Amino acid sequence: MILSNPITDEAVTGPADAGAAGPTPDAWVVDGVTMTSRVILGTGGMSSLESLRSALVASAADMATVAVRRVDPAARGSLLDLLRDIGLRVLPNTAGCYTASEAVLTAKLAREAFETDWVKLEVIGDDRTLLPDPIELVAAAEELVEAGFVVFPYTNDDPILARRLQQVGCATVMPLGSPIGSGMGIANPHNIALIVEDAEVPVILDAGIGTASDACVAMELGCDGVLVASAVTRAQHPALMAAAIRDAVVAGRAAHRAGRIPRRRHAEASSSFAGMIEARPGTGS
Amino acid sequence: MTADPSVHTSVNGHPWHGPAGTTVSDIVASWCPSPKGVAVACNGDVVPKSRWDTTEVSSGDRIEIVTAAAGG
Repeated sequence: MILSNPITDEAVTGPADAGAAGPTPDAWVVDGVTMTSRVILGTGGMSSLESLRSALVASAADMATVAVRRVDPAARGSLLDLLRDIGLRVLPNTAGCYTASEAVLTAKLAREAFETDWVKLEVIGDDRTLLPDPIELVAAAEELVEAGFVVFPYTNDDPILARRLQQVGCATVMPLGSPIGSGMGIANPHNIALIVEDAEVPVILDAGIGTASDACVAMELGCDGVLVASAVTRAQHPALMAAAIRDAVVAGRAAHRAGRIPRRRHAEASSSFAGMIEARPGTGS
Repeated sequence: MTADPSVHTSVNGHPWHGPAGTTVSDIVASWCPSPKGVAVACNGDVVPKSRWDTTEVSSGDRIEIVTAAAGG
């Protein structure tokens, strides 16, 4: 089935299963695990565990990220217990790491603490933009893959870097739409589309989503899922935004599979001119 | 009678001392309500849970005890 890239209008091969019989069940697979939800929720920025709980439930996510931090003996309530109660998979994150060695140690601690090989790998270059440091990122990814981790790398929107991360064995690629917490949406949809076309692993749009339409666009571009944190946790009504993003992701995914019309500079009439009644008296031939 | 504080370490950036023979298990028990969901590094190396009982700390060791926090 020939579809059209929503940004460039180039023909691209569409999903083979969206035929006359209807689309087949639409799940994505990573590390042999079938994931039904295409929303991953980040837990950072939420004001309370109770708000987090309602947002997580509303999002219908089946996985949430957690940071790895020093135990605070005075802390009340357990994030891990909450996630377990709701039945969400934990995806530890190396948030806050600037070097490959910090990230590798953090990932290893996370594996010990949470008994999972899955890790979202975040290695940042500076604290103002929180943009990934590509050199440290690839080095860390390579080392972690070799140590048996299933690596979900948070990366920028450079298609070549995304390819390198796949070459070293990452299980997904997670390009940013725009800086973490910026809410600016997808700054360069062309690059995201390029990453999607080239990818042999799931592509998760991670960072910069500000509202539901951004998540929808990510899915229309062909991403397999989105990771959202601030858009939900810092919204005025987090659970409501979580539900909106859940619905936007479903809509965007369906729109992608439906095969949109290309953009044209000129009109294409949807009604045929055949069978038109005669022109008004005094006009025409 | 006070215990002889013969092991001086830091735990999560705080000075910490205890008797000779203090193990990682002992430190985790004093810091954490539960050892579930917790991991330990000593001087930058992970100490697997299976070795907490048998790993004694030495003066000068830097211990980090971590768990999940909102974020990521």
